[in-house]
Amino acid sequence: MAIASLLIANRGEIAVRIIRAARDLGIRTVQVYSQADAESLAVQLADSAVEIGPPAAAKSYLNIEAVLAAARESGADAVHPGYGFLAENPGFADAVEAAGLIYVGPKGATIRLLGDKIAAREAASKAGVPTVPGSPDRIDDPAAALDLAARIGFPVLIKATAGGGGRGIRVAKDRTEFSRLAPLASAEAKAAFGDGGIYIEKLIQKARHIEIQVLGDGDRVVHFFERECSLQRRRQKVWEEAPAATLPGDMRRELCAAAVALAQSVNYRGAGTLEFLYDDDAKEFYFLEMNTRIQVEHPVTEFVTGIDLVREMIRIAQGEPLALRQEDIQLNGHAIECRINAEDPANDFMPAPGSVTALRVPGGPGVRFDSMLYPGCEIPPFYDSLLGKLIVWDNTRAGALRRLQGALSELEISGVSTTAPLHRALAADEDVRSANFHTRFLEQWLERNDISPA
Amino acid sequence: MAKQQVISPLPGTFYRKSAPDQPSYKEEGDQVAVGETIGLVEVMKSFHEIKSDFAGTVTKFLIDNEDAVMAGQALVEIDG
Repeated sequence: MAIASLLIANRGEIAVRIIRAARDLGIRTVQVYSQADAESLAVQLADSAVEIGPPAAAKSYLNIEAVLAAARESGADAVHPGYGFLAENPGFADAVEAAGLIYVGPKGATIRLLGDKIAAREAASKAGVPTVPGSPDRIDDPAAALDLAARIGFPVLIKATAGGGGRGIRVAKDRTEFSRLAPLASAEAKAAFGDGGIYIEKLIQKARHIEIQVLGDGDRVVHFFERECSLQRRRQKVWEEAPAATLPGDMRRELCAAAVALAQSVNYRGAGTLEFLYDDDAKEFYFLEMNTRIQVEHPVTEFVTGIDLVREMIRIAQGEPLALRQEDIQLNGHAIECRINAEDPANDFMPAPGSVTALRVPGGPGVRFDSMLYPGCEIPPFYDSLLGKLIVWDNTRAGALRRLQGALSELEISGVSTTAPLHRALAADEDVRSANFHTRFLEQWLERNDISPA
Repeated sequence: MAKQQVISPLPGTFYRKSAPDQPSYKEEGDQVAVGETIGLVEVMKSFHEIKSDFAGTVTKFLIDNEDAVMAGQALVEIDG
């Protein structure tokens, strides 16, 4: 069924991005907004807008009833969830469809399945996709545990089944250490959590975060190669690239095939991303999770494949079969994205809401700036700090890095602190320039380097 | 005794409890000591504890749980 009017159940830069894709398809847009976002760029650019509640996200963007009421009131026939907020809430996908509307994304049941860590791991194993080696469940017999640890290969992590948030984790680097630590870990877990259950997992010491973009129509799945997002701070991605600069071609083929196999096994519909840890030295990869939505860093993939992923996901939601064959999707050149957040990198990344007093946006060939900014706009304190993304492309990674440095020097955002100075420093760093990084690189780098204010 | 007000140093969303399933840090009528946490302000998904600058009795919360707050706005009244 063709979509005539699309409601955007999100805000910020991704709402603007979805409005642009819908406009290209001749679809009317309805933007919902909280009282804090009445003057937002997305509200200004959409064909119409509906207020859905007070600033707090729990009372507006996360309020399913308010979003559905806005859809009824505005006569929208489809809902795009963007990322974050309700984007991976299976109950929301179900509620949208129960209201007789099209949900731009997978079925609620698919979101539910892949959102459950254990179920997603099982789905991966069934599809023949490797997960981080470990005990499938708790392991109580010390001899059996030692046996399994030796089979997995040291070092291993000993984790408390009842633990969480990094608590109750020990590292054993050999058999002797394992024999000493396993009973300790169990006793500690018993004392701390009232349950001495432990399980073991291989410690991946130096890994890259590599993820595969897929699109499915519920029948067929194609991949759009990988992105590398190893530069992270507190598990938040900061800088993303496509393709992964150091990934050998045979590993790229294996990763992409694994991603398609898993997505295909659940008859995936819509845009999705399969996240992996990739161990350079061992040339091995492990499935982490699948994100059942469009991702922040999708533009780097759009730059290197020339395909508008948001437009394709809307087409699929309309019931159109996938327009692309795998051989239509080719890698071309190199793209880099820098997340521009309202945070002060010189002051421990303190959030920096406020008014943007002046703005100079970079431009030129191979430069794209997806943002929620305009001069005079207010950055409310109620939502995450992402203001926008600077994305550059060139034929080679070296060229893309040069363009990035040029674009970062053009970018000027006055009135609020941003992470732009961090990106200027990273773009000049020798290790970053040679793609010599892993998922803990940035946090270690930040301990050695001071970011001076812009 | 004098009425005092604890002011939010940050803009954001005010929470009276550490998590949705936890009890409120303080109820009206409770005693509060200097440095005791009376709530959280969430700014851009990062949470900051708000501590009382005064000792005394909590007489009134001026901002409801999960409501928006501006920097400089009074959160709670304390009779000290």
